[in-house]
Amino acid sequence: MKLLIKNGTLVLKNGEKKADVLIENGKIVKIADCINEDCRTLDASGKHVLPGLIDMHVHLREPGYEGKEDIESGSKASVAGGFTQVCCMPNTNPVCDNAVVVTYIKHRQGEVALCKINPIGAITRGQEGKAMAEIGKMKAAGAVAISDDGKSVADSNIMRLAMEYAHGFGLKCLCHCEDINLVDGGVVNEGYNSTLTGLKGSLRAAEDIMIARDIALSESLDIPVHICHVSTYSGVEIIRSAKKRGVKVTAETCPHYFILNDDIITSFDTNTKVNPPVREEKDRKAIIEGLKDGTLDCIVTDHAPHSAKDKQVEYNFAAFGMSGIETSFPLSYTKLVKTGILSLSELMNKMSANPAKILGLEGGELKKGEVADITIVSLGEKYKIDSKNFLSKGKNTPFNGFEVYGKVNYTIVDGDIKYGE
Amino acid sequence: MLTKKDLLGLYDTSAEEITEILDAADEMRAFLDGKNKKSDLLSGKSLLTLFYENSTRTRTSFELAGKYLGASEVNISVAASSVQKGETLIDTGETLDSMKIDFIAIRHSMAGAPKLLAEHVKASVLNGGDGMNEHPTQALLDMLTLRRKFGKLKGLKVAILGDIKHSRVAKSNLFGLKKLGAEVWMYAPETLIPKAIDKFGAKIACSREEAIEGADAVMGLRIQLERQHGGLFPSLSEYSKFYGVKDELLKYAKKDAVILHPGPVNRGVELTPSLIDGKSSEILEQVTCGLAVRMAILKLLAEYRENNL
Repeated sequence: MKLLIKNGTLVLKNGEKKADVLIENGKIVKIADCINEDCRTLDASGKHVLPGLIDMHVHLREPGYEGKEDIESGSKASVAGGFTQVCCMPNTNPVCDNAVVVTYIKHRQGEVALCKINPIGAITRGQEGKAMAEIGKMKAAGAVAISDDGKSVADSNIMRLAMEYAHGFGLKCLCHCEDINLVDGGVVNEGYNSTLTGLKGSLRAAEDIMIARDIALSESLDIPVHICHVSTYSGVEIIRSAKKRGVKVTAETCPHYFILNDDIITSFDTNTKVNPPVREEKDRKAIIEGLKDGTLDCIVTDHAPHSAKDKQVEYNFAAFGMSGIETSFPLSYTKLVKTGILSLSELMNKMSANPAKILGLEGGELKKGEVADITIVSLGEKYKIDSKNFLSKGKNTPFNGFEVYGKVNYTIVDGDIKYGE
Repeated sequence: MLTKKDLLGLYDTSAEEITEILDAADEMRAFLDGKNKKSDLLSGKSLLTLFYENSTRTRTSFELAGKYLGASEVNISVAASSVQKGETLIDTGETLDSMKIDFIAIRHSMAGAPKLLAEHVKASVLNGGDGMNEHPTQALLDMLTLRRKFGKLKGLKVAILGDIKHSRVAKSNLFGLKKLGAEVWMYAPETLIPKAIDKFGAKIACSREEAIEGADAVMGLRIQLERQHGGLFPSLSEYSKFYGVKDELLKYAKKDAVILHPGPVNRGVELTPSLIDGKSSEILEQVTCGLAVRMAILKLLAEYRENNL
């Protein structure tokens, strides 16, 4: 099986180049100025050819919460968003804390998924923060990392032991940083807007304390660690200074943290409710600085689909999270590249190469011999975000009506076109 | 003329609208002193009180306001309703709307609940207190009490002491009083002051004396025992010692200053019993003004509905 992509502009690690790409048996076999081959050909004139996008932080809800999303709908949404690989967090029901659930997810990938689904195992059994989960067995079944996403491990010693034990299996801890005692039921950022709305606030410190703790563990143990969904200016600074002194820390943020500030909560629209909460303008600016100077390595979505009934309730009752996988690329391109903050290559590093490197996944780069995970986009195409068009079951986005550039034309996984007209 | 079908808070209500409500409430206050407390202003209209939190005075006040103006009334007792069976607020609202209710007075423990309801019903929603957000009718009754006493609100200094952080009353008063030109001072343990409240125009005092100095009104806010269990202060007795309003502090206030409290009051905690019962106390007048304010709002919203819906 061969596939030829002709006349596109390739986005490479250090810049862009017009070239053709020949794919054979799921691999990129040739990149050259002009390739002629008698096989299926995609004309990418006027389009950009990107390394397949990788989202290392999504929630696919299966098993257990299929009303919100499942692996089939989540993968459809993923390829529609240009993603060839996603890594799904373990807060399912049952929790993905053992090899059986990991195997189930991999099995479902084989049955229904359009993109690669990489399961992330829980750090502790039942995500209870008490006893270590069977990390070795989960790795053997296909887990690519461990995480306490959604439910921070409060006990520092348990976190330490898990980091050490997982390190022996070559798995990284993806840390959900939240001091739950300090959060104390808060649902929005604590500040001017929490006072205005009367919605209970949560301090930046609730996130920063755990970022600092997990970095301290990483530094003391000399074990790499990854910080999830950074939302505070002070958290960016903690990570920046740790990186400066050589701590093996990487970090991610999400489009809502570099595009929105907490003025949005004054509408009481529950689609603005997310954890950690969207914070203030100075945080948003610092997140952009962190993306620019490399403090923040990755852009992830924290895709958190919910059904309407989870959101059409009082703000306090509403579920945390935003459905983000179908808007991540156009939003990031529009708000970071079109504005001149990042180059397209830099954006691709954050949305593909760096996640691949951090988790040791294939893909991430357009080069000969690499797996043929490729996304083709029309950067000039402008449209309005409308969640009614989402393929995800979760229509919960605060970005409805946003005008964005960058339409995904084709998503190619292992050389097969999984999305495209 | 009011410009919205609902009264959700004073943050979104203009100075002109507040003044209009207070003017109408003045007339209602006079009406309440009359012998015959029956009007047919709202005859043929219906009022429902939907209280998800316990309340005696606010609920009774809404009910009587409707009754005195001739509206038909229903009261939903939350324990007996389908709320207990897990019905959503939106479903409840749509069901009530189908029963052609004109006004819904709601109290809810969660900020934003009245707004959510208002967006899903044709009825006019009156916020009777939502979580830590707003309690507009309480603030309006405080403002009516003060305006009747002093003839104006502009230039008055109002000192608010107590649990400000969890108080929708303090916030609505701050928004309303500032709009009409009064000065609002606050004093409480730092654990009971919400973030950035000064950015809304509140002045944060460094002592009880500073808060009360030259004040025209001193308002105590209820300290709830559960706040002590939440670790926000060590004990009620320590609170009272350092933050309670004592008789001798009143000497810092203006001579004709009044004592206010939204009730129910913890005697001897926020305010001493002698202040509560003393000649400066307007606490009972507040209750009567509350009735007048709610009657005025019902009247004005009925006019709005007549003209706009």
